[in-house]
Amino acid sequence: MRSMKDNLYKFIRKRAVTFRCVSTSVEKKWQSVVGLEVHAQLNTKSKLFSGAQNTFGGVVNNCVSLFDAAIPGTLPVLNRKCVEFGIMTALALSCKINEVSTFDRKHYFYADLPAGYQITQQRAPLASDGIINFQVYTPGIHKKPYKKSSKIKQIQLEQDSGKSLHDEELKRSLVDLNRAGAPLIELVFEPDLEDGEEAAALVKELLLVVQRLGTCSGRMEEGALRVDANVSLRRPGAPLATRTEIKNIGSVRGVAGAIRYEIDRQRKILETGGCIINETRSWDAANRVTIAMRDKEVVQDYRYMPEPNLPPLRVNLKTREDSRDVLSVPLIQERIPELPEETRRNLIEKSHLRPETAVQLVNEPLLLEYFKALTENNARNPIKVANLLINDLLTVLNKNKVDLEDCNITNKQMIELVDLVLSKDINLEVCRNILNELVRSTDEKMSVVSLIKQRAWSLVTDAEKISKMCKEVVDENPKMVKQYKDGKTKVLKALLGIFAKNSRSKYDMSLVSKIMEDLLKK
Amino acid sequence: MNKLTTYTIKEIHKAYTDKLLTPTSFVDLCLKKAKQTSELNAFVTITATEAENHGIESEKRLYVEKNIKSLEGISIGIKDNFCTKNINTTCASNMLKNFVPTYDATVYSRLRQAGACLIGKCNMDEFAMGSGTIDSIFGPTKNPWCYKKEDGDWRIAGGSSGGSAVAVSTGACLAALGSDTGGSTRNPAALCGVVGFKPTYGLVSRYGLIPLVNSMDVPGILARTVGDVVTVLNCLAGPDEMDSTTIKRQFNPVIMKEISLPKIKIGIPKEYHCEGMSKEVLDTWQYVADLLENEKAVIKSVSLPHTSISIAVYSVLNQCEVASNMARYDGLEYGLRTEEDHSTEELYASSRSQGFNDVVRCRIFAGNYFLLSRNYEKYFIKALKLRRLISDDFKNVFEGEDSVDLLLTPTTLIDAPLYKDFVSKHNRDQCALQDYCTQPANMAGIPAVSIPIRLSKNGLPLSLQLMGPYLSEDLLLNVARKIEELVNFQQLHSV
Repeated sequence: MRSMKDNLYKFIRKRAVTFRCVSTSVEKKWQSVVGLEVHAQLNTKSKLFSGAQNTFGGVVNNCVSLFDAAIPGTLPVLNRKCVEFGIMTALALSCKINEVSTFDRKHYFYADLPAGYQITQQRAPLASDGIINFQVYTPGIHKKPYKKSSKIKQIQLEQDSGKSLHDEELKRSLVDLNRAGAPLIELVFEPDLEDGEEAAALVKELLLVVQRLGTCSGRMEEGALRVDANVSLRRPGAPLATRTEIKNIGSVRGVAGAIRYEIDRQRKILETGGCIINETRSWDAANRVTIAMRDKEVVQDYRYMPEPNLPPLRVNLKTREDSRDVLSVPLIQERIPELPEETRRNLIEKSHLRPETAVQLVNEPLLLEYFKALTENNARNPIKVANLLINDLLTVLNKNKVDLEDCNITNKQMIELVDLVLSKDINLEVCRNILNELVRSTDEKMSVVSLIKQRAWSLVTDAEKISKMCKEVVDENPKMVKQYKDGKTKVLKALLGIFAKNSRSKYDMSLVSKIMEDLLKK
Repeated sequence: MNKLTTYTIKEIHKAYTDKLLTPTSFVDLCLKKAKQTSELNAFVTITATEAENHGIESEKRLYVEKNIKSLEGISIGIKDNFCTKNINTTCASNMLKNFVPTYDATVYSRLRQAGACLIGKCNMDEFAMGSGTIDSIFGPTKNPWCYKKEDGDWRIAGGSSGGSAVAVSTGACLAALGSDTGGSTRNPAALCGVVGFKPTYGLVSRYGLIPLVNSMDVPGILARTVGDVVTVLNCLAGPDEMDSTTIKRQFNPVIMKEISLPKIKIGIPKEYHCEGMSKEVLDTWQYVADLLENEKAVIKSVSLPHTSISIAVYSVLNQCEVASNMARYDGLEYGLRTEEDHSTEELYASSRSQGFNDVVRCRIFAGNYFLLSRNYEKYFIKALKLRRLISDDFKNVFEGEDSVDLLLTPTTLIDAPLYKDFVSKHNRDQCALQDYCTQPANMAGIPAVSIPIRLSKNGLPLSLQLMGPYLSEDLLLNVARKIEELVNFQQLHSV
């Protein structure tokens, strides 16, 4: 398991130590309370209320309909697919879908908000009262995974804003409206969490869920999923204290880091007799600090008003009858695939994996995909396969600085390789060498067997040949043989070392060890 | 005699098929009339090139393809708050003075599909906020009735669709589109002696209509006869994918037919006898009630108890939606942008302050106050509750045992006021007075039509309003036509 920790989350380890100190001192005097608000972009072809393309990274201002630019006289037309994706996500999170939901206007002036208001669902959201169950397990911080859950207050559909670019030198601002009107769901969680690691685990689970559903790409680096965290500290048993809000955290580890920093910052203030002010802060990922946002100092009154151009959204909760204007919720429910929580349970109960192994496999969808291909129809020992993937494949990928997403090893290659390991035709060292070659290669048709032949890496299992070589070692080292016979059996290892040094090819060392021992005992 | 002001769509079409007139020559006559009456200021833009091209297209369809569409070669005017592709759409405001839409409002494209020819874009109160068509950056529109060039003063056209009403009454157009939020189509129609119709909310698409109050706005139709209103309505009405508030059901065209009045019950709501209503208007109301009674219609007094609070409720809701709808005018994507470039906030402030007139700015200010979270319950929510009561008033008189089929009321309290009398009162007070009889129909979303009845002793048109239940267009317009026949109102003869 050591290498698992080292490889999968190597970069976290260093910081883990400091975190643990903070955590204990917080527990003594202060209890930290964390609640999240997550914005997830829905993965639909067109925007929430217009036919413009919903895409990331297009040519500036090239995916903008008249409505998105708030041209006078245009009206919103709700995209059915967005409702479907919103409902599917809400169902996967055990939410109650509301038969009738409504839209509201939230007003504020900002250059990348062309209408001067955002259409959202403040009063009667699409769904409410859900829950997300997840495992908290960061290798190096937690010895074992533990179960946690957070309640979901509501899930609402809303529009994304455009993007502003400020050119400090030329003193001007530029606006890109490609994202304006893109569909979002906002998920509001109850403040059920205690620290950054729990929050990060929640976000990771949410990513896995939306990716399974295909409702959101989950690409946090593109802003497809953005996290706001509310953080406050209180004495155990006391009511909730003043909170701060950290806006737009853009990565899973950022969530953990930002919240840990913020808890620490608030604790220091409280311990020196200061008080926390209700403010909005941003996470500076480069310097690893949270900073007060100046333009959010004034508390905004959003002057909410019902959106008069959109009739209430109605859905069919009871039957499978689906019409153009009324979606059938039971029909959407039927299409929900197996969710990560269930996958973990199956891995533990049916494949007998350790909980932490199950968490790690499920956290990496591509690893899980290899695992499934390898263990299909009980073809191979799931524990061995899982260890191989987590220990060996990840080590090689880390060494080569290749992301799992970019790993181009095919299932076929992986099956070939694992079979050779399991049949002991190659040892783990060779296995890693092969993985190394495969990761670097772009040739998807490269065969593992031919690679082994080419590099003469195949394992020698010929007992006669091994026996002959062992004899040579024994003959050349009479001193050590005598020591062994005198009872100092440890020298076997040294002799095996000499064997390995002398030999150029790869030998099945367990066989070598057995033969050598037999020879010595003669 | 000015022939242009007496023709109906039917007569024009007959003249076309009899080859007494061609679309191009008719369009020319209309354009001439529009230019000849330019001092009345009915048009913001006269679209001569478009009109001529549309006329040529109509002529081709008529004589080459032998295919006559329902508005083939019919001259129309459109209020300048409906978007028209490649034609300035100003809302009579500095903010949109140079705004050229890249798309057509649904109502305009439907008119075009029916063969209509666009004569021009009609003057209005800035962003349709007013009841006189005097608050326009292009100057006021003048009422053609009793208009003499040499007189120092003149009568107002009513508003906010005053330009559309004048365009129709002078004969520059056979029909025109207005918008109606609190009476903006019916009021100028009444003062200019033409028919003004407000359809059921959701029957006609708002896509491309620059909004005033989204939940009350409807495109309105102005024409000289009820028959022409019906022809235009049948082209416009029906669901539109681009406007989610349109009624999804297919529209059944309104058919003009002889109706039997003895089966019709008409209510006279007592709350519409209000302070400030002239004796002439009251007499006219009585006169038509008597005419209908003579035709054996059942006339009965009814009560709409919340009428008197309606105008205050309307005012709150109007200003809230205005504040919200006007938030998009920041000078960034379109519209007026001043040179102020110290900060984005200063750019907003100066563009909005120079782009909007006092009336618009006052309403934005008040609306934002009502919408503040601390005031929301006190004003907006209360206004919504009262709106429900007002709407229920109508339901109660139209449904149940003692119900009536239609309501007959005046459209305005008096005939067209002189400009100098009208401007002596603030825009807000004028709206409260002028919209008294018309805005409850917008609160309830029901259809209403203003029909000219006779002339006042000043020689100005006096009009009455018929209101009916939700989607009762067929009955409402057929009874309106019957009244039109009974009163035989004489259109303006010469301008």
